[in-house]
Amino acid sequence: MSDTTRNFAYFAFIAVLIIGTGFIQSWNSALFVLNFGLISAIMALGVNLQWGFAGLFNVGIMGFVALGGLATVLISMPPETEAWSAGGLRVVVALILGAATVVGAIVAYGALPKGRVRVVGMVAILIIGFFVYRAVFDGGVQAVEAINPANAGYLGGLGLPVLLAWPVGGVLAAGAAWIIGKTALGLRSDYLAIATLGIAEIIIAIMKNEDWLARGVKNVVGLPRPAPYEIDLQNDPDFVERAAGLGLDPVTASTLWVKLIYAGLFAVVLIALFMLAQRALHSPWGRMMRAIRDNEVAAEAMGKDVTARHLQVFVLGSAICGIAGAMMTTLDGQLTPGTYQPLRFTFLVWVMVIVGGSGSNLGAVLGGFLIWWLWVMVEPIGLGLMQLITSGMAEGFWLRAHLLESAAHMRLLTMGVVLLLVLRFSPRGLIPEK
Amino acid sequence: MDLLNAFVTLSNFVLIPAIAYGSQLALGALGVTLIYGILRFSNFAHGDTMAFGTMATILITWAFQAAGISAGPLPTALLALPFGIAACALLILATDRGIYRFYRTQKAKPIIFVMVSLGVMFIMNGLVRFIIGPNDQRFSDGERFIISVREFKALTGLKEGLAIKTTQGLTVITAVIVVALLFYFLNRTRTGKSMRAYSDNEDLALLSGINPERVVMVTWLIVAALATVAGVLYGLDKSFKPFVYFQLLLPIFASAIVGGLGNPLGAIAGGFTIAFSEVMITYAWKKVANYTLPDALAPDGLAQLLSTDYKFAVSFVILLIVLLFRPTGLFAGKSV
Repeated sequence: MSDTTRNFAYFAFIAVLIIGTGFIQSWNSALFVLNFGLISAIMALGVNLQWGFAGLFNVGIMGFVALGGLATVLISMPPETEAWSAGGLRVVVALILGAATVVGAIVAYGALPKGRVRVVGMVAILIIGFFVYRAVFDGGVQAVEAINPANAGYLGGLGLPVLLAWPVGGVLAAGAAWIIGKTALGLRSDYLAIATLGIAEIIIAIMKNEDWLARGVKNVVGLPRPAPYEIDLQNDPDFVERAAGLGLDPVTASTLWVKLIYAGLFAVVLIALFMLAQRALHSPWGRMMRAIRDNEVAAEAMGKDVTARHLQVFVLGSAICGIAGAMMTTLDGQLTPGTYQPLRFTFLVWVMVIVGGSGSNLGAVLGGFLIWWLWVMVEPIGLGLMQLITSGMAEGFWLRAHLLESAAHMRLLTMGVVLLLVLRFSPRGLIPEK
Repeated sequence: MDLLNAFVTLSNFVLIPAIAYGSQLALGALGVTLIYGILRFSNFAHGDTMAFGTMATILITWAFQAAGISAGPLPTALLALPFGIAACALLILATDRGIYRFYRTQKAKPIIFVMVSLGVMFIMNGLVRFIIGPNDQRFSDGERFIISVREFKALTGLKEGLAIKTTQGLTVITAVIVVALLFYFLNRTRTGKSMRAYSDNEDLALLSGINPERVVMVTWLIVAALATVAGVLYGLDKSFKPFVYFQLLLPIFASAIVGGLGNPLGAIAGGFTIAFSEVMITYAWKKVANYTLPDALAPDGLAQLLSTDYKFAVSFVILLIVLLFRPTGLFAGKSV
């Protein structure tokens, strides 16, 4: 069997899985799986760029995804003019002061002579800067959060079209990745992993606590959407007529249609990014990346700037994760910082990349769809399995109740088993790198 | 008198909690650092290993409580601890047999081990949630306080009170005993010395006839014991929740790295460094400042540098600072 037919068979299998979900459960859940599968595939592409191309171990994907989500709010929500006039400027000035402090400390570190003077100077700049920053910042935040706290209490966004948030999400994530990469990429691989793990937690902590930014755990709901609202479609006689022509009732037809629009938008992004990644992989740049990955010392001896290339690919991969994050928040229609969990957003994406085949873009896409389908379906399958196992047990037996209740936790177990099986028996993944 | 009051407040809210938390982190970091020293990879499953050991201990504690066995004023969990360690050790040894050993014989790269530990992390996390559920479990019983605020005030006549929870006292005592045992083992016994030899230079150790499988097995046993003890102490002090244990991974890694990966002494220093900075930076200093500073200088606000939700950020920033200026940690660690 040639590679092409094998790959075709894999994707045909995915299609069967999704269509099968449509027949067995409902078309709405099939489209749900498809949409999140598309987003997962994009995230996996981003991680594959870092890990598969360059061998960088990034476990902070959740942070970049969350930054993408934040971009959706900052771009698409209407600005809260009252909050801006109350304290918006003050907050912005405070942030600039804070950034200036850090830059000042870095400049001082470079400019001052080595020794005690340098340490004292830097620490003094940081401490004074911190207190000035807090003095300006706290008042501004209080003023902003006092305005209409039940519905707003934050600065709002720019009121621009939501689709613009996708590239901006990528830029935001890229910016964060640049800062992390600048500090942590020169270090060993384990350290990068731990640094990224930490930064992701911090990004989530900031988004949960800084209410002036995006309302924190109070969530921003009702984000503008690129697709029409179901209720408008249902009230549109043309649409109802066409739905009736297909034998669908207007409610189902409208939900399906909206999901299909999203699927179309996501597919365009996925295909574009996939083509770019594929071009990158087969370009001289891609060959250089793989050379660096396989032997850093040799590549460096050949005159390649390893740290700079690592930084480059780290920023690019993170930007893709940011785009995916913005898309996901757009699809959800709300930003809920409390729901970002590393197991779901970081480690699950890793399972996708490993299972699909690290270093292969097609593999990443395949892994994205396959593992996402599994992640969604393990719960009903697990429940069915548990019902089968417990069917022989007496009603009210404690183990029966416990097993049925625990079926929901089968997910993590399954993902771990899948990851270990692939690592053990097919370490190059389903579609290996050529 | 004011200074005394300030000191008591400081002890009550900063020193004692930080010492207890630091001991827990140090025990966790010792596990990470041992695995790094002997098996040469960063074990992402460590938080969940702690959760598993703690869960086993909790289940046995409940069985003891149901059977009416108790340790008097001490928490019943102490009696259950050896059984919890045994359960955790069994699981870990099975994991090593079934999973890690294959990669060891293959001489796989450290990064592959890290990946594998991610898989193990998923499985252990799933297992714990499957058995005990994702919710908060409290299992501490016995006397709650060694000394309570009211007793302390009556005793000393100070305005501020000082409370020492039994679990806090217990944490520190247990940590000291465990660390003493560990260092005795590493420095004085034959097996411990062979472990250190293996960690320093694998090839040389093999040439001297040290059995690597035995070294690895002993390491895992010690790690199981350390992880369970750390997890149970943390659970007694706060409460047990699988997700929180997973999140402990970050401060534990930070402690191990700040101290110097692979260096047991460093892990302890790192644990306390991280714990003290986390607690001190997120503590509201207003009360202490009111006692120590003259009235004119007393702060208006809470005098809290960062809100408590940013405690992860603190451990992370310290980690970064150490990595940038002393990449091998405070005590020279090793790098693969």
